[in-house]
Amino acid sequence: MASRKDGAVAEIEKKIIEAFEVFDHECNKTVDVREIGSIVRSLGCFPTEAELHELLAKVEEEEPTGYINLEKFLPVMTKVLLDRSYQPIPEDVLLHAFEVSLKRIFIKTKCLFCLSGEPFTEEEMEDMLSTALDPETNTVRYRDYISMMIVDET
Amino acid sequence: MGQVSNNIGLSRSSSLGSVSEDRNTIRAAILIQNWYRFTKARLETRRRYSLSIFQSIEYADEQDQLQVLSTSLFFFPLVPVSHILTSPGVSQVVDEGLSLTEFENKIDVPDSYYGPRLSFPLTVEDANALLHAFRNEQLLHARYVLQLLCETRRVLKEMPNITHLSTSYSKEITVCGDLHGNLDDLLLIFYKNGLPSEQNPYVFNGDFVDRGKNSMEILIILFAFLLIYPNDLHLNRGNHEDYIMNLRYGFTKEVSKKYKDHGKLILCLLRDVFSWLPLATIIDSKVLILHGGISDTTDLDFLNALERSKAGLSVLLMQLSVKCRINRSKLLPRESVANETFCYLQILDILWSDPRSQNGCTPNKSRGGGCYFGPDVTAKLFERYNLKMLIRSHEFKPEGYEISHDGKVITIFSASNYYEEGSNRGAYIKLNPELIPRFVQYQVSKYTRRQNLQERVGTIESSALKSLREKIYAHRSELTSAFAQYDLNSTGRISVSDWAAAMESVLQLELPWRMLRAQLVQMTPNGEADYMSCFYDLKIGQPTKEVQPALVETLCRYRRDLEIIFNIIDKDHSGLISLEEFGQTWKLFASHLGIDMYDESLDKLVLSIDYNKDGHIDFNEFLEAFHVVHRLEKKANS
Repeated sequence: MASRKDGAVAEIEKKIIEAFEVFDHECNKTVDVREIGSIVRSLGCFPTEAELHELLAKVEEEEPTGYINLEKFLPVMTKVLLDRSYQPIPEDVLLHAFEVSLKRIFIKTKCLFCLSGEPFTEEEMEDMLSTALDPETNTVRYRDYISMMIVDET
Repeated sequence: MGQVSNNIGLSRSSSLGSVSEDRNTIRAAILIQNWYRFTKARLETRRRYSLSIFQSIEYADEQDQLQVLSTSLFFFPLVPVSHILTSPGVSQVVDEGLSLTEFENKIDVPDSYYGPRLSFPLTVEDANALLHAFRNEQLLHARYVLQLLCETRRVLKEMPNITHLSTSYSKEITVCGDLHGNLDDLLLIFYKNGLPSEQNPYVFNGDFVDRGKNSMEILIILFAFLLIYPNDLHLNRGNHEDYIMNLRYGFTKEVSKKYKDHGKLILCLLRDVFSWLPLATIIDSKVLILHGGISDTTDLDFLNALERSKAGLSVLLMQLSVKCRINRSKLLPRESVANETFCYLQILDILWSDPRSQNGCTPNKSRGGGCYFGPDVTAKLFERYNLKMLIRSHEFKPEGYEISHDGKVITIFSASNYYEEGSNRGAYIKLNPELIPRFVQYQVSKYTRRQNLQERVGTIESSALKSLREKIYAHRSELTSAFAQYDLNSTGRISVSDWAAAMESVLQLELPWRMLRAQLVQMTPNGEADYMSCFYDLKIGQPTKEVQPALVETLCRYRRDLEIIFNIIDKDHSGLISLEEFGQTWKLFASHLGIDMYDESLDKLVLSIDYNKDGHIDFNEFLEAFHVVHRLEKKANS
């Protein structure tokens, strides 16, 4: 029993190392701190920006260098995956969220995303709208957008 | 805003009024933002691992090639080493005395030819005619190519190994990196930045050829401008300005296809021209520009003094002789002024090295040549020669450029869409008289509508995976036995962990196998990998029924290496070798790879390829037969 559990942990660690190495340009076990969000999300987690900051506090050096080391990241991330923190929200909840927030007009949407919650940057807003917005009707075709976003991760 | 838990409870829009409605809306927004960021992260990860796949296959190929070449060269009775190192073909065909008029007399240009007709000395009109012609996909006639190359060689010979330039009050100098046969990029640069002239000087930092399909046209344009503005258009040699690299990476093939009658003469002359390309450029004694990088033994005075042309000797072959004969650490500069090997090393280092963030200077193991140099090496060189900046190319960069070593080293890469449409931007540098660099980025596109990020990543990813699957297929037998070692009960299934370990050990590519798994292999309902499903989608191009599958697979894997070896044997570039030569080549090659071969099956194979039964094989046709094809693609094209 114990060895199978270790096997599962070892598998998780290997997954984390792989994801880390995708962003480790120079193959020296460090990544730019700004990539941590991408790495955590690529492992299937959905942290909010606030939760990400918390995570970063645990893996940064005492004197922040702008880089994160694999040795500090690995144990923290392993725990995150084992505890199943930052679980994804199911598709129907997402759909409902779109309906709730976007049932009104385009301008309000933009304000909403740029000024509230964990605000989008100018770039993020433009990118999302360029993909999701139907320019003729000025509406977001959110059902199509959702199916694009949701990926079968088996 | 405070912590928002993931069990977001969104109540239906209540009748309580606007306060809770707004709160709901905000919660909904956060949820969407969360999802959006997740999607972006996924896209970024896919983009990166796709580029990683391209790059690791590229480097693995380069390494393989070197290994095969080194093995075969030193054991091949057919092709003595000395024969290659000082190929008589070169000096025989390319007489020093060959002049413009000789070409004019010997080669006729028919009246039916509507392309540019060059007259020497070249003028701007000639350059414009060339640009116009190439935009319209015309070819320059072989006579003019030969005359151009002849003149270029004459002019290059006068130049020192290291060119010194200075900026004056009004001039900005433009520095471009690798172009790799992408004519569209060169035309785009000229469009955005203007044609070369006395007021608009350029430095092109090597790797003009290979991979892209217009290497010849790029060279013609660059050499034409070099002849018109010899003080304002500067070329540095790259590691691809080397005839052995060209054999493998497509330039030789391009020339042979475009110039059937005069191809071999052009190739011989090119070999010489490449060896006369200068090695580096220095601007205002402060900015060093060279193709690859530096090492801890780089000596600019020595580089300036050495004889850079060794009658068309390939830099790769220099590397082989270096590998086989010397222990690098024992060399001391003082003793090596006359030492040829030290000379080779110096050139190798500047054409092949890459910067890294760790201090020190270590052998460049992914390239097999040159070294990795750290910030300390850069700092030392700068101190010794009072330099301020190093501009180099040689490495692909997604944004077209990258700054490293604390601002001291700039990598500039000018071939956009290098791996695939949408894979990267290209860039060039504008250096003003204060030597402050300004970067201009661009990307050529064949689509009129810009693909969005999702589409671009999709394109790059499917192209990368295609290359990877080809590699997988070429290693089918090895992979199958590696998988079998984990599958003791022959169930056809193994754990994901074992599958990943097997892939890594056979293919030797450091890739995120677990992430790629879903694209490469099918899973059973209980979470195991059905390992043979890796091979389902692929097959060899033409069905060769009489031939053992193992032989086919080997030919498939080593197709490009065999291409190089055949090309070396085929001294007169005719595209044909005799059956006997083929047989001997293959036997030797196979024995050094440790492949078991039955004479019979090889004979059958050989006979089946000699289509017109004249005792000779067109080896290009032969090798084409071992091209891996993707079943789905074949369906689409048929």
